[in-house]
Amino acid sequence: MKNLIEVKNIKKNYGKKEAVKGISFNVEEDEILGLLGPNGSGKTTTIGMLLGLLKPTSGQIFINNLKLEENRIQILEMINFISPYIELPKKLTVKQNLYVYSKLYKIQNIKERIEYLSEKLRIGELLNSITGELSSGQKNRVSLAKALVNEPKVLLLDEPTASLDPEVGDFIRTFLEDYKKEKKISILLASHNMNEVTRLCKSVLMMKNGEIIDQGKPEDLIAKHGRTNLEEVFLKLSRSESEFN
Amino acid sequence: MKVSLTRIYGLFLRHFYLITRSFPRILDLVYWPSIQITLWGFISNFFATHTTYYNNAVGVILTCAILYDFLFRTSIGFNMLFLEEIWSRNFTNLFIAPMRIGEILTSLVITALIRSLIGLVPAILLTSPLFGISILDLGIFLFFLFLSLYIFGITLGILVSSGLLRFGPSFENIAWSTMFLLAPFGCIYYPIETLPEIFQKIAYVLPLVYIFEEARNILINQTVNIENVYYAFIWNAFYFSLSIALFYYSFNAAKNKGTLINMGE
Repeated sequence: MKNLIEVKNIKKNYGKKEAVKGISFNVEEDEILGLLGPNGSGKTTTIGMLLGLLKPTSGQIFINNLKLEENRIQILEMINFISPYIELPKKLTVKQNLYVYSKLYKIQNIKERIEYLSEKLRIGELLNSITGELSSGQKNRVSLAKALVNEPKVLLLDEPTASLDPEVGDFIRTFLEDYKKEKKISILLASHNMNEVTRLCKSVLMMKNGEIIDQGKPEDLIAKHGRTNLEEVFLKLSRSESEFN
Repeated sequence: MKVSLTRIYGLFLRHFYLITRSFPRILDLVYWPSIQITLWGFISNFFATHTTYYNNAVGVILTCAILYDFLFRTSIGFNMLFLEEIWSRNFTNLFIAPMRIGEILTSLVITALIRSLIGLVPAILLTSPLFGISILDLGIFLFFLFLSLYIFGITLGILVSSGLLRFGPSFENIAWSTMFLLAPFGCIYYPIETLPEIFQKIAYVLPLVYIFEEARNILINQTVNIENVYYAFIWNAFYFSLSIALFYYSFNAAKNKGTLINMGE
């Protein structure tokens, strides 16, 4: 399988503080990789570097074999991101937002693309609604539609189901599984929902204090650490100061 | 890779939709320039009828008020466009879209012009029936004066946006006060000789003084001093280039510092 994301020994320092301490990993096409770790472990910094919003202090990032540092625009055309901490302009309708972002990503058949995403994400009846007036579940699906407007090869997800009710959360997870399978895309998923990670991810990276402290398939990590589920593994790793520092 | 007109148009649309969807926003754009011009019109009328010095006061002051308001609206308009992205927490979405810095700036420059004109045109139309004044008395040079003011307004907008990029939303207060800081040195309503000598030296390195001196020169002396227009453009070219360089520098600094991912938090 081809690696769509290749991260080679990236570091990020803020002054004397080392936010990310030389991590390396790959994500293959048609793979979802989970990025786990307690708050402040370096997950957001890592995602920021993959999006080109942060410049690594050292190391290299390749997306679809292109070096990010030298091909920022070309890479941004094939990547997208969703996070509960960023929003679409609230005063615009859903359709206007999707239209604007289709233009920014230079989509050719905008009408067809919006119709396709509306049907897949069940937002057809929301297209003329004001984005700021939607419920969190509706906003989440609209943000996902925006994130898929450019048919990304690489999708970065930061807590994609945070604050959603179980039904909407399950809908999003099922959608992501199907979409990944259909389009053979790579997904990097940062989440604190361990059931979600266990269900969606082929393998996971555990980060702590800017380092990868463990990695592997969820079932292998559970077995390796002698626990019954990924949440217990997460708690063990995030609490064990002496073992990893 | 070439500059994309589609992306420039896309970002323009984002702000066009925002303005046209909101009546209070349109009202806000029209309201302040019109109130400003009306107020200055009555003040100028009062001076003109109570002193002999201010023979031509209404025309001169109102024309300068309109020109200054255009500058103010352009600068604030540009800042507003940038701040809208921060307030709506859309900043990250914008900077992860495949847009070049030049495309973002071009789109905001065009949008800022349209925002300014929405406010300016009603204000200009008001001056004729209310005070019998027409800014068109400046003739063909009106275009050059407006162009100079537009470039300087955009320059200030880009400088403030660079600050927002570099320092984050805490720089917002500076965005509102830039024009007030520069206004005394711009010699908008008075000749440069009114300023103390040290202030005159500062004023001479800003394009504003040449623009407003020339507006007064045309209206009072009915002559054109092409040197003023020339110097205004020279200083504009200098500050505009500086602002673009600073914006690129701030963008790179923000990528090092992490401001782009924390913006709006």
